[in-house]
Amino acid sequence: MLTKAEVQHIAKLARLGLSEKELEKYRKELSSILDYIEKLKEVDVSGTEPTSHPLKVENVTRKDGGKTEARSANSKILLEMAPDKKEGYVKVKQILNQ
Amino acid sequence: MSLTELTISQIKEGLEKKDFSAQEICRSFLKKIKEKNKEVFAFLKVAEEEALLKAKEVDGLISKNREVPLLAGVPLAVKDNMLAEGLGCTAGSKILENYIAPYDATVVKKIKEAGGVILGKTNLDEFAMGSSTENSAFGPTRNPHDVSRVPGGSSGGSAAAVAAEFCPYAFGSDTGGSIRLPSSFCGVVGLKPTYGAVSRYGLIAFASSLDQIGPIARSVEDCRIVFNAIKGKDEMDSTSVEYPEFKNWKLKAKSGRSSSSHCNSIIKDLKIGIPKEYFVKGIDPEVEKVIKSAVKKYEELGAEIVEVSLPHTDYALAAYYIINPSEASANLARYDGIKYGLSMDGKELIDVYLKTRGEGFGAEVRRRIMIGTYALSAGYYEAYYLRAQKVRTQVIKDFEKAFQKVDAIFCPVSPVLPFKIGEKADDPLSMYLVDVYTVSVNLAGLPALSLPVGFVKELPVGLQIIGKPFEEEKILQIGEVFEKTWKI
Repeated sequence: MLTKAEVQHIAKLARLGLSEKELEKYRKELSSILDYIEKLKEVDVSGTEPTSHPLKVENVTRKDGGKTEARSANSKILLEMAPDKKEGYVKVKQILNQ
Repeated sequence: MSLTELTISQIKEGLEKKDFSAQEICRSFLKKIKEKNKEVFAFLKVAEEEALLKAKEVDGLISKNREVPLLAGVPLAVKDNMLAEGLGCTAGSKILENYIAPYDATVVKKIKEAGGVILGKTNLDEFAMGSSTENSAFGPTRNPHDVSRVPGGSSGGSAAAVAAEFCPYAFGSDTGGSIRLPSSFCGVVGLKPTYGAVSRYGLIAFASSLDQIGPIARSVEDCRIVFNAIKGKDEMDSTSVEYPEFKNWKLKAKSGRSSSSHCNSIIKDLKIGIPKEYFVKGIDPEVEKVIKSAVKKYEELGAEIVEVSLPHTDYALAAYYIINPSEASANLARYDGIKYGLSMDGKELIDVYLKTRGEGFGAEVRRRIMIGTYALSAGYYEAYYLRAQKVRTQVIKDFEKAFQKVDAIFCPVSPVLPFKIGEKADDPLSMYLVDVYTVSVNLAGLPALSLPVGFVKELPVGLQIIGKPFEEEKILQIGEVFEKTWKI
């Protein structure tokens, strides 16, 4: 069973603001899901390679060329979507302390 | 026969013969949506104006006797996690409630080029996370066969739209069963393609090593037509691949697909695998009966039924519920209230994140983000994520071994019938267990068809036909035999 502090820690890592009541709810729900997942410990995985992707392709590359025209048209629309912007940039709150 | 009952091929034929116009077709579907969408709630948004405009354009081409593209004038619906330029794209989430798609997903682009008429965007579980479409922030979709029940999920809006005759076909996406389960629950045909067969560009990312786009339609033939129109390598998705053609597949018809002698010749050489681990406790005996009787029918036509073993079945679901939330937690980190979508104000940057994501995501999405974050966090990575990836390898090996003996694997899509709305809402784990027969297919990247093969009372039951990688045509032909030989 997860503790409330653990749930709080996970929520903070995931950048999810949760109320006290929600913390308790997720503590129970996440614990029961994790209990179910414990099953995996029964499997002998020694000598088994992990699979991260079902296709056996790697290093798909393309020519290092630009698509500047399409891009600059798009960038305007994309910038429009940002809630806060200034002089063609997305504006973000101060990150470092002065 | 009403226009809304027509299949893609029938609409195409009628348009060519000028039995009706593309605008008439479009209007009859729009009318049906207007009458019944309130009850079923398959569509989140209907793009009436845009659809009629496109239909008019197609009619113009037809009247000038110009050659019309393959799907010209045939209406469709698009799951609301795929971008269609200029239309909203919510992913069923409050966090994207006001988001307008800035470009077309590759599948949307291809279908537009083929002349498709997009009627609107369909409801889904938020970010495609769920098995019932109850997790949509905008309200649940209802099963057209019984509106007190769920349509399955997460592409519940797309499957319900096809079943309710709102459109002849729709796009769904499938991460752990999200095309097949709603197709089964709504009594329509759904194809989950091989991983990499269809471009994911413009599909809102959920679990990137599992997600695939595919068609939901009224017949196997229609699924084939749509799949062939959207498959293939796309430079915008580096995980998409050149589709290999199996030209000399021995079961393929020499001429004309529909004759019964052809059906018999297909089936005579066929070896069908039945995984023994799939017919154990937990399956509804009524569902089991329908599936077993479908298998029996193939046997009577001469197919050889072979018992196969997928020993890691029990563990596949557990592995899936580590891998899926882990990838989801990484993919959904982008919703930060800075670049687009919902943005809540806060004193400092961290408050913007916490408030935006706390407010914008629904319960299931938060649950999966937290499971994923936990599984990937320092100290737990090896015990959870890495172990799940190793189990994934063993699941794939199980299938490879089984496919040495058989052409296709038959099993149910779901262990249960469509359940009541609200029935599983308070128990996330019981909802996860509905996916037991579908998730392994995504872990292995295989193609699978969901085919309606019977009813329990008024509720449809779907048979799942799983194939080897890139053998979509084979499972489609196998499914077509059932469709053409037996009425359900």
